[in-house]
Amino acid sequence: MYLGIVKGTIVAERKAQGLEGKKLLLVQPVDEHHAPVGDVQAAVDTVQAGEGDLVYLVGSREAALALDPWFVPVDAAIVGIVDGIDAPARDAVDLETGAPR
Amino acid sequence: MRCCRVVGPMWAAVKHPAFAGRPLFVVQPVDEHGQDTGASFVAIDNVQAGVGDKVIVLTEGNGVRQILQMGDVVPIRSMIVGIVDHVDVAP
Repeated sequence: MYLGIVKGTIVAERKAQGLEGKKLLLVQPVDEHHAPVGDVQAAVDTVQAGEGDLVYLVGSREAALALDPWFVPVDAAIVGIVDGIDAPARDAVDLETGAPR
Repeated sequence: MRCCRVVGPMWAAVKHPAFAGRPLFVVQPVDEHGQDTGASFVAIDNVQAGVGDKVIVLTEGNGVRQILQMGDVVPIRSMIVGIVDHVDVAP
C-alpha cells in the first residue's frame, strides 16, 4: 500500500467491462511528507475521496479485491482517506545524540 | 519481504472494512546497513511494532491473506510480520 494525493477526476464514457459505474481519480503518489514519488496514475475510488485528499492506495491484484465484484481489470484502488501521519520532520534529530532520526 | 524502518503511525477514519481495527504504519525500506533506500509505503501491523523499529514487511497479498484468515477477498498487500533484532553483514 502507498500514499497519494488526489489531483482530479477522470471521466471515461467507454470503459472495459467491469469498470462501469466505477469512479476514477487521478492520484499523485507521495511520501509521508507529501513529496511526490513517481508519476501520476489513475485509481478506482472505494471511499468517496475528493480532490486534494491525502489517501492510501493498494496496488496490483489486491486493488481489484477492494471492489465488489472483485474480478475486474483494476490495478490501483483508493482504500482509505488519511486523517494524519505521525512522522518526524525531514530534518529531525535525536535530542540526546544529535543523530538524524 | 523487505527490511524496513517504522517511520510513524497513520490514522484513517474512512477506509475499506478489511482495515477496521488494524494499526497502519508508514514504513521506509532500508538496506543492509540501515540506510534508507527507495520510497516509503504503508503497511498494517501484526507484531505490535513501534516507531523506529527495524521490521520485516511482507509485500505481497497472498501471504497476508494466509495470516489474516479473512477469506480470499482482502485488499491488503503489505504487513509488518517481524521485528528485527540485528542484521549480520559479511564485511
